[in-house]
Amino acid sequence: MTDSSEHPKEHQHGTTGHEWDGIHELNTPLPRWWLWLFYATIIWAVGYWIVYPAWPLVSSYTNGVFNWHARSAVASDLAALQAERQPMMAKLADASLQQIESTPQLLDFARALGGRAFADNCAPCHGSGGGGAKGYPNLNANRWLWGGTLTDIQQTITHGVRSGDDQGHQGSMPAFGRDGMLKRDDVVTVANYVRSLSGLSTAPGTDLAAGAKIFAANCAVCHGPQAKGNRSIGAPNLTTKIWLYGSDLNTIIDGVWNGHGGVMPAWGGKLDAVTIKALTVYVHTFGGGE
Amino acid sequence: MTPSHAASKYMTLGEGGLAAAMTALAFVSIVVAAKAYTPEYAFHAYLFAAASVASVFVIVNRYFERSPEAPPLEIDGKPNYNMGPVKLATLLSLFWGIAGMTAGLWIALELAYPALNFGLAYISFGRLRPLHTSAVIFAFGGNVLLATSFYVVQRTCRARLAGDLAPWFVILGYNFFIVIAGTGYLLGITQSKEYAEPEWYADLWLTIVWVVYLLVYMGTLMRRKEPHIYVANWFYLAFMVTIAVLHITNNAAIPVSLFSSKSYIVWAGVQDAMVQWWYGHNAVGFFLTAGFLGIMYYFIPKRAERPVYSYRLSIIHFWALIFIYIWAGPHHLHYTALPDWTQTLGMTFSIMLWMPSWGGMINGLMTLSGAWDKLRTDPVLRMMVLSVAFYGMATFEGPVMSIKEVNSLSHYTDWTIGHVHSGALGWVAFISFGAVYCLVPWLWNRPLYSLRLVSWHFWIATIGIVVYVTSMWVSGILQGLMWRSYTSLGFLEYSFIETVQAMHPFYVIRALGGALFLAGALIMAFNVWRTLYPPREALAPAANLVPAE
Repeated sequence: MTDSSEHPKEHQHGTTGHEWDGIHELNTPLPRWWLWLFYATIIWAVGYWIVYPAWPLVSSYTNGVFNWHARSAVASDLAALQAERQPMMAKLADASLQQIESTPQLLDFARALGGRAFADNCAPCHGSGGGGAKGYPNLNANRWLWGGTLTDIQQTITHGVRSGDDQGHQGSMPAFGRDGMLKRDDVVTVANYVRSLSGLSTAPGTDLAAGAKIFAANCAVCHGPQAKGNRSIGAPNLTTKIWLYGSDLNTIIDGVWNGHGGVMPAWGGKLDAVTIKALTVYVHTFGGGE
Repeated sequence: MTPSHAASKYMTLGEGGLAAAMTALAFVSIVVAAKAYTPEYAFHAYLFAAASVASVFVIVNRYFERSPEAPPLEIDGKPNYNMGPVKLATLLSLFWGIAGMTAGLWIALELAYPALNFGLAYISFGRLRPLHTSAVIFAFGGNVLLATSFYVVQRTCRARLAGDLAPWFVILGYNFFIVIAGTGYLLGITQSKEYAEPEWYADLWLTIVWVVYLLVYMGTLMRRKEPHIYVANWFYLAFMVTIAVLHITNNAAIPVSLFSSKSYIVWAGVQDAMVQWWYGHNAVGFFLTAGFLGIMYYFIPKRAERPVYSYRLSIIHFWALIFIYIWAGPHHLHYTALPDWTQTLGMTFSIMLWMPSWGGMINGLMTLSGAWDKLRTDPVLRMMVLSVAFYGMATFEGPVMSIKEVNSLSHYTDWTIGHVHSGALGWVAFISFGAVYCLVPWLWNRPLYSLRLVSWHFWIATIGIVVYVTSMWVSGILQGLMWRSYTSLGFLEYSFIETVQAMHPFYVIRALGGALFLAGALIMAFNVWRTLYPPREALAPAANLVPAE
């Protein structure tokens, strides 16, 4: 241990006289500011106990002078929020979808409500801007599998697609290859033919005439003789540049072979009618609404 | 075991008993491995079997090698310290520290760039995160605590460590627990309790190790040649006793079967949450605070060669700290199903904890009075003093965050992560680095390879902490404000995914801070390696106890 007399405090208080492995301890009293702050926190705590629920009793607890409880505080906050929105919510409930879209004040409110509902419920599949993803339709593209009018969109959101809801959209793309309806070569040929419909290149040596024949026999019943699709059964238009699963040959072969049947949940049981209205308007005003 | 051998040499009760127990454990483990429901659990059973067989071999070999008499407690009137286990734990702490920090850096990068999990379950964020937290807290911090506590208790009691095999059992048994816990996380074995993820069999093993640890420690205290017990030892004892109680209570579980890793915790619902955070918070309070205050109370006065600032403050703040800390857990469960009164108590005791915590900071910093100039020349002391400053900052920030109004903003955000790391990197890791930089030259009786490298470590790691903590503060407050932001129409302004997008730049910055901190630790490992295995030209003048300037 170095000479401890350099230490100013040691002149005042000295050490305790103990020593461990060369370590001494000064007998400095508690710093006053430390002690007073410690007391202050204790007094503050006691004050808080008086005001708020604090100490358990045998079968209850001290309630505090304001009778404040977290549960009722949350309930009143939520009630205040609902009261704030209530006049507009009532108007939204009464107005038709067309009225909402044509009344700027209602439209703003519906887009605000619909935007929140979309971000929390729809964005995980359709993307935060409704841009879609593989297997999840783009909602901005002005192309609709099941119709893009306000009523169509409301119907799709409420009852879903292949969702198990009785009123939901039904119909799916059969697995032509897996279920033995088409041979392997025919699947490849018709896939090439489908690509040719939207001007995409076809594999060398493809017999497009044979492809057209296979298409007419197997696909036209749903997708239509001109391959323009059929909204009543959700069969996509195959002549556009927009592809739900992708336009490369392998993806199309895979679709013809294994079929498709993506599911959209029925939101009717999960979201209230006003929220679904707002969602409908929100989606309709993405830019692709009909 | 030849009877004709010179003096009679007998196996001690400890040697025989431990070898027999380990043999029994090996048999049980093999049976469990054969009948285990899952390959992951069988793998653990095989690890248990291999480790227990190996330990029997080591015990028997050691018996044949050793002299018939037990090592003397004193040689020429000086205590014959048992530093072997201390050396091992010191080196293991470095290994685990780097492993744990690397895992931390990796998950920080995964948060910024999720593709880095490569679709592998073993290194997904959910499995690597507990690996990181356990590796840095229990493996790195735990080995530092084992090493320093066994060192400090011997030096301040002037007594050889109690027990013959027991200290080795503690170090090796504890590190075996870490191997089981760590591999378990990667394989998906977890009971999903934060900082207490290992399953029932790992918990049972740790309980045995911990009780032996406590016995070795108390046995050494009882052998002491000093009339009083030094303050560092009070903190170490509080740490050991409380962690034992917390560990057993929080991990009380009923296994599905001896042959399954799965178990069910006996607590249910909000009681389970309360027990969990009573444990979780006091793991911070007694593992990461009380234990490391024990380190601070020995290594700072020793290194600064100054007396401890105030004996009275050390008594008052010790008892206030351990009495008040144990109440603070409910502040982790503000605004949950936990009853209001419990939340109030957790919050108010957290506020009252502020000054008791700062007592340690005052005693650490003021011990430097009269020796502040040493900070200019001794980067090791600088590291330890900065750690005390970070301790003071984190123990102020903690009570502030426990206030419900603040907590309503900070809870579940990155602010919490920033707070934890200002304590973990700034306080716990820095005081540990300082202690290891002291211990290595003292234990191996040779100067540290380079103080310059310590200085580099200090600055790189300090910048890393600042980058880490500030990025998490900004990110956390931004996140909290975005979550609670309403539009004029009365709707939430941001969706959850928008707040996640906003975090991205801060996650990148945080990873940079973590990388700097890890770089510092690697410099330290190099420095220690060079100290133990010096380059040939430096070998000649190697008997100096004082580290070179």
